[in-house]
Amino acid sequence: MLSIKNLHASIEGNEILRGINLEVKAGEVHAIMGPNGSGKSTLASVLAGREEYEVTEGEVTFKGKDLLDLAPEDRAREGVFLAFQYPVEIPGVSSTNFLRTAVNQVREYRGLESLDAVKFLTLMKEKMKLVEIDQKLLSRSLNEGFSGGEKKRNEIFQMAMLEPTLSILDETDSGLDIDALRIVSNGVNQLKSGKNATIVVTHYQRLLDYIVPDFVHVLYKGRIVKSGTKELALELEEKGYDWIKDEIDSAATV
Amino acid sequence: MSTLTKQDTFSSLIEAAPNNFASARATGKEAYVFQGLPAVKAEEYKFTNISKKLEQNLTDFSTAKPLPLTDAQVKAAVHEGFEGSVLVFSNGQFIPGLSSKIDEVEVSLISEKADLPIGSIANPKKDVFAALNQASFQDGLFISVPKKTQVDKAILLLSFDEANEGQVIQPRVWIEVGDFAEVTFIDQTVSVGESTYFVNEVVEVKGGINSQIHYYRLQNEGKNAIEVSTIETDIQKDGRFSSVNISLSGDMVRNNLNLNLKGSNSEGNMYGIYLLNGKSHVDNHTNVDHTIPHAESNELYKGILADQSRGVFNGKIFVRQDAQKTNAFQQNNNILLSEDATVNTKPQLEIWADDVKCSHGCTVGQLDEEALFYLQTRGIDKLQAKGLLLYAFAGEVLEKIETESFREYCDSLIQERLGSKF
Repeated sequence: MLSIKNLHASIEGNEILRGINLEVKAGEVHAIMGPNGSGKSTLASVLAGREEYEVTEGEVTFKGKDLLDLAPEDRAREGVFLAFQYPVEIPGVSSTNFLRTAVNQVREYRGLESLDAVKFLTLMKEKMKLVEIDQKLLSRSLNEGFSGGEKKRNEIFQMAMLEPTLSILDETDSGLDIDALRIVSNGVNQLKSGKNATIVVTHYQRLLDYIVPDFVHVLYKGRIVKSGTKELALELEEKGYDWIKDEIDSAATV
Repeated sequence: MSTLTKQDTFSSLIEAAPNNFASARATGKEAYVFQGLPAVKAEEYKFTNISKKLEQNLTDFSTAKPLPLTDAQVKAAVHEGFEGSVLVFSNGQFIPGLSSKIDEVEVSLISEKADLPIGSIANPKKDVFAALNQASFQDGLFISVPKKTQVDKAILLLSFDEANEGQVIQPRVWIEVGDFAEVTFIDQTVSVGESTYFVNEVVEVKGGINSQIHYYRLQNEGKNAIEVSTIETDIQKDGRFSSVNISLSGDMVRNNLNLNLKGSNSEGNMYGIYLLNGKSHVDNHTNVDHTIPHAESNELYKGILADQSRGVFNGKIFVRQDAQKTNAFQQNNNILLSEDATVNTKPQLEIWADDVKCSHGCTVGQLDEEALFYLQTRGIDKLQAKGLLLYAFAGEVLEKIETESFREYCDSLIQERLGSKF
């Protein structure tokens, strides 16, 4: 589904990603872990199409298409979804109107008929249950005045509405208390299927107790330096990142 | 040297003025001659070089004659869903024959009110264009809402403008609203054609005790129109005057809005949007004068500027020494969509009282890139995402319009503009 080859990306002349290779197949959950500043969020941003980052080398194909060639909205329509680490508050834009515009633009792109108000509301009610989000929140301006947990829940709710094939969760666990974490993870797990895939970007192993990954990759200095199964995440939780850093840095000096 | 800064520029217009209101016209003329047209560095017109604009574009300093209008044209120009009365102006002249009769409201030509204290609210000594209008206006509208009268449906002041190249249009309106009366006005211009002309409008509003006046204005002039308007009101005890001004086009537009809070517990609200493209230049000068204690003023103007357009905002708030317990809030926010667009914004507070609550702020920025990206990652096309964000930005002002059909009409104009042009 997603194939990343030798991806290099920089921002304002600083190279952040220095040759990422990653294959993600349908039905898989990949966790990207790594210390602060290793490039985890950059990878998520580059995949979603954030313009500040310049891809200097490498390629990314998604379902056979050159992902890097697509505008952010077309990536979304193709089925890429980024759950933001810091969802943006947009005063004056109603959550419901926004979502209806989004859902219908995505549907149009996918050759589906657009949803009328009734069908849209029915779909919304159904998906709201997944993340236990209150309708009152959705009658407000998008994310405006939402608590941290409400914002993250809203991200997963949007994901449920847009039915992506590849979901990228960027530090979705940051700022969540244990109940919110459970609710959010539950939502993600219910949306999992054999046809879609998930990339979980996280700093902590905690989230992976709830969203169990098939593969764990450790990102350090813009490269994937170690890959393994969920046991690797446990090892990292126990030992921290220093042993990996030491391993890589000493190898580099040899 | 500009020839227009000489006092005699509009002298032919003044000479051709009717004979009525002799004393008011004499005062106007004197104030006009004394002030002259704004010099290049005149502080009040610093960013709006109206004198040069007039010099370059006005070719015929005569008053434009009323157009032959039909009922059908009037009907076609009234926005959908509007249910109130329509008062028609043609090139600045009030046309009773095409206008509605309004229950309980007195409507007449201004010339039928020989004793009207023209210029007693909009002081000609404060602005040369108010002086020019006072000296040389042809005729105008007088409207009086008796005390305790609630005019349920809005009154639409519908102006059709189509002058010959370079002519002058000078609407003059006197509005009286009695004690405890309530009324909503919608002041809307329909530009026919694209000729260059100069509109110089003065509206004086005399509000009674506890009167509630809404004054909405839609400036959708031809793109070559040059306009200066002065709207001034005295607000009495417990009275409220709320204005919403929406500017969508025009070559150079200058709006002077002056609210004089003259009674305790009075309230003045000034809201505005300027949504400009091309080379449009819109200047909003507002002035609120707190002379007594316990009054409130609120102000919010928002600008969206594309292409080479220019917005000017100057908001003066005077809080006089006696005006203790004043609440005065002012905000001006702008979004520039192009590197060639300009905003000059100047909040100006002069506070002489020591127990007041006043705030002001202004921002000039670009569209929030992070918000734009967020919407795009949800599959919304960039152009539409921009439109959505700009519309939300303007929405805060639009929602101040309480007349639903008019709000929806403005809403549709703004959405159309944001969808197509931006």
